[in-house]
Amino acid sequence: MNNQRSFFFNVDWFTVALYLTLCIIGWFNIHSAIFDETHPSIVDLSTNYGKQFIYIISALVLATVILLMESRFFSALAPAVYGIVVLLLVLVLVIGRNVGGNQAWISLGGGFRLQPSEFAKFATCLLLARYLSGTNIRVTDPKSFFVAAAIIVFPMVLIILQPDAGSTLVFCSLIFVLYREGVSPLFLITAAVVIALFILTLLVSPTYLIGVLVIIAAFLIYFFKRNQTMIITVAVGFVLSVVLIFSVNFLYHKVLKQHQTVRIDEWLGITTDLRGIGYNVNQSKIAIGSGKLWGKGYLKGTQTKFSFVPEQSTDFIFCTVGEEWGFAGTLTVLLIYLTLLFRIIFIAERQRSNFSRIYGYGVASIIFFHVFINVGMTIGLVPVIGIPLPLISYGGSSLWSFTILIFILLKLDANRMGII
Amino acid sequence: MNSFFERRYVVMGIFIVVMLMLIGRLFYIQIIDDKYLAFAQNNVIRRFVKFPERGVILDRHNKILVQNEHVYDILVIPKQVHDLDTLQFCKLLQLDKKEFDQRWEKAKTYSYFRPSIFEKQVSAKLYNSFQEHLFEFPGFFVQQRSVRTYPDSCAAQFLGYISEVNDKIIEKSNGYYNPGDYIGFSGVEKAYESVLRGQRGVENLLVDSRNIPKGKYMNGQYDTAAVAGERLISSLDIRIQKLGEKLMQNKVGSIVAIEPSTGEILAFVSSPTYDPNELVGRERGNNISAMYKNPYSPLLIRPIQAYYPPGSSFKPLSALIALQEGIITPQTTFFCAGGYQAGGHWVGCTHHHGVTNLSYGIEGSCNTYFCNVFNKLINQNGANKTTATYLSWKNEVNKFGFGVKLDVDLPNERKGLVPAPARYDRIYGKNHWRANTIISLAIGQGELLATPLQMANIECTIANRGFYYRPHLIKGIGDNDVIKPEFKEKINVGIDSIYYEPVINGMQAVVDRGTAAASRIPGIVMCGKTGTAQNPHGENHSVFVAFAPRDHPKIAIAVVVENAGQGASWAAPIASFIVEKYLKDTLSRRPSGINPKKYMEASLMPPLPGAIQKPNNKLLPKDSLKKNQIDSNKKSIKRDSGKKPLPKIHLAALTIKRKENE
Repeated sequence: MNNQRSFFFNVDWFTVALYLTLCIIGWFNIHSAIFDETHPSIVDLSTNYGKQFIYIISALVLATVILLMESRFFSALAPAVYGIVVLLLVLVLVIGRNVGGNQAWISLGGGFRLQPSEFAKFATCLLLARYLSGTNIRVTDPKSFFVAAAIIVFPMVLIILQPDAGSTLVFCSLIFVLYREGVSPLFLITAAVVIALFILTLLVSPTYLIGVLVIIAAFLIYFFKRNQTMIITVAVGFVLSVVLIFSVNFLYHKVLKQHQTVRIDEWLGITTDLRGIGYNVNQSKIAIGSGKLWGKGYLKGTQTKFSFVPEQSTDFIFCTVGEEWGFAGTLTVLLIYLTLLFRIIFIAERQRSNFSRIYGYGVASIIFFHVFINVGMTIGLVPVIGIPLPLISYGGSSLWSFTILIFILLKLDANRMGII
Repeated sequence: MNSFFERRYVVMGIFIVVMLMLIGRLFYIQIIDDKYLAFAQNNVIRRFVKFPERGVILDRHNKILVQNEHVYDILVIPKQVHDLDTLQFCKLLQLDKKEFDQRWEKAKTYSYFRPSIFEKQVSAKLYNSFQEHLFEFPGFFVQQRSVRTYPDSCAAQFLGYISEVNDKIIEKSNGYYNPGDYIGFSGVEKAYESVLRGQRGVENLLVDSRNIPKGKYMNGQYDTAAVAGERLISSLDIRIQKLGEKLMQNKVGSIVAIEPSTGEILAFVSSPTYDPNELVGRERGNNISAMYKNPYSPLLIRPIQAYYPPGSSFKPLSALIALQEGIITPQTTFFCAGGYQAGGHWVGCTHHHGVTNLSYGIEGSCNTYFCNVFNKLINQNGANKTTATYLSWKNEVNKFGFGVKLDVDLPNERKGLVPAPARYDRIYGKNHWRANTIISLAIGQGELLATPLQMANIECTIANRGFYYRPHLIKGIGDNDVIKPEFKEKINVGIDSIYYEPVINGMQAVVDRGTAAASRIPGIVMCGKTGTAQNPHGENHSVFVAFAPRDHPKIAIAVVVENAGQGASWAAPIASFIVEKYLKDTLSRRPSGINPKKYMEASLMPPLPGAIQKPNNKLLPKDSLKKNQIDSNKKSIKRDSGKKPLPKIHLAALTIKRKENE
């Protein structure tokens, strides 16, 4: 067959280049973030930047292995992979190591450890793609919709038990996949409205909020006065909104944990505690803001060097980019991500098989969500949710997980002319 | 199933919008908002002030009066302490286990990561043995500090002391001083604060999130070095200063000696004094509060703050003004029949001096003579012009620096008192007072009050035959020995030089054969005047003023011994010892038999108030002790070195304070 001529025949090199660029940016910034004068070499294995080098090399090996595999395996093996990951997620609750309050890690020995929730991302994408690409499956059908939703929600439930709220929320991003496949835009709108109402209820008194909602509802009903369906929709929406507003208080204080609510309070400015809860974000903003246009230069960030920002090689790695490379650096990184996202969508849309396209959208959604939440958190735009910046943050599991996500897509794409 | 193909644009749109949000926000905090850069610098840059060494102060022969000594604070960072051999550590620092535990707990409570002082002001000796073992105690380190030290423990009131700044000073200093800084609080330390303190340096260090220094900011580009304070050369002669303090021990009073040709103060004794070293170091707080409570007020700077009526020592000045005004000539005589009838009351004289001329009047301290002179002087324009004539007399007295501030280079100088006419108007009614009403002024009594410095300055003027230089204590500032211009200015007192000789003749006679004959120093022609300052609260103050030698005078001196009685018995001998020491660098018995040792040993401390007060009936000074001087001196020494008489005297220092309140 054609694609046997070379392992890398038809591989989308543009995406690979973006991937490698981000990996290298990450590696250098990790070096800077935890630079240790006694171990200055960037490949010194006793340091985390040395380890990251190993992770990148192994990720490239992993990518090669994926490209060598038969592309039809991915669809075929999707249920099995999903099953294994679910098993690991259960296992981690039993034998996992507790790091920073989350029982998310399975120790592999030698200082290395595995985070199953990272692998749940591509497993879920694969199974979702496999299910939705099945014959006679229409996501607009309630039954299919619920199955698809169940595929997404099941790992979320297991992960929230760890409890790793950040990783759990990542799966919500798959709503974009469902939307692309035909789910009513109401879902997106509803999701947006729910989030907006939730935030507004915390900031504004419910009386005012309901007053405003009444006005909006009245206006919409007048606007749709010939369309009975819409009137009903608006009415139901209004009632649900009111119910939501009154349940926010309960949700906020009974369902969310205290360490989550204080973060949200801090983010919304309800409380200000720059020495406690708000310390990270404040220092992170100082780091990024002090970078100005061109940054302070590689290894010269004072916030970075003198460890003012905790978690700076993992969740807050974007601070290092902002401080040492300035707005030029942050803009570049975000544009690379945007290019990568568009390229993935472009790749997804050129697939002949539904499986590949759906999977592609899954990859894009997950990367998008990570970037948005992670960067947004470092500049105070979203509350602190501990998820890594794709391919840049320190950590093997995360890097491998994104490598697998992307390279499965590239393999599927390389083989798009073939039959699955 | 590409029926929802167009939805890709919605998804891409959402991606773009979200990315633009992030980029917009980044643009705002990185480009537009400048505050984060400032915050970042605040985070890491710490300004450490480098304190300069305070200037040292030397005496006129470059002997050290005050210098700096290094002490060592031992600091600890609890986090870095491990494998501590507590026993060894305590032994080296001479601490017991309990003290160690207390400090250790305190340091830990303060901070685990930041250094705090474990043991304050360890002496250099203790530090040396500790330092050899310092490497065995990780987490402990040493910081050098400098404190004032006084090798000769003398001239305390002149030198003053430094003290931590208070809120008022901080506020006034426009941010120069910070809490914990030291500032000169009194004496020269205060007067010359701006030159002594030197220039502070700044070191900008980078610190990490735990405030631990990590290196210099910008390689020290913005750092400045501390510049040590200027060295001051004082005019004091430590030999006579120490002798003076020794002679005045167990007495209350002061000695001021000035070099007439320059105005440089040679001795500045305030007694009782204290060891300036007591105001340094760990015991400072206790010592200073004890001094504040001490009824003899050792912190009072008596030479410039204590008031005494000059008594008979005022007579030469009185004579000079009368000569200048043409009221008398040196040949003018008055008849002394043992007193002067001043209107309704009688001013007694010690002797029947008979026909008395100027020199003899001074030699014999004849009250009659000076009352007549004063009366004539005030009445020269007629009795109804008393007020105006008095005012011009007052101005002439003021020209000698009496009743006005001399602007010596010490803070809190007091100006003495020559009453304004208004004061007499208040007491007697306008124009209801005449020369005889205020006749006490003629003999240095009445309302007249002078500081010992003013008394000494008058002697300078007489020694110089008509002018003086502002008395000062610092004759050279810094390496170039700069002297303040105001101390080089010759101040004329407005009495022609020809009038001085007859007065000086009298003053020489005082020492050669007059009231102070017992204090005559062989080989030195000293001119002086005794005084017995009436003290309404108890025993009279013993006063003696003098200068020597008569030609080309080298020293002018004023001595006041409170509650010691006659000028001849205490102040004059003490002055003579100082003069001899200064001019000949020896200390000898007087031909009259007066022995300096006895004066050093004698105790004349006035009893504390609250004791029975002796009714005061001594209206007049009686210092003209011509006969039996030696005997009376011996007597008084015997009396005072033996058991104390019954407490009967009100404390002069307290009187002074009371007067200040008026």
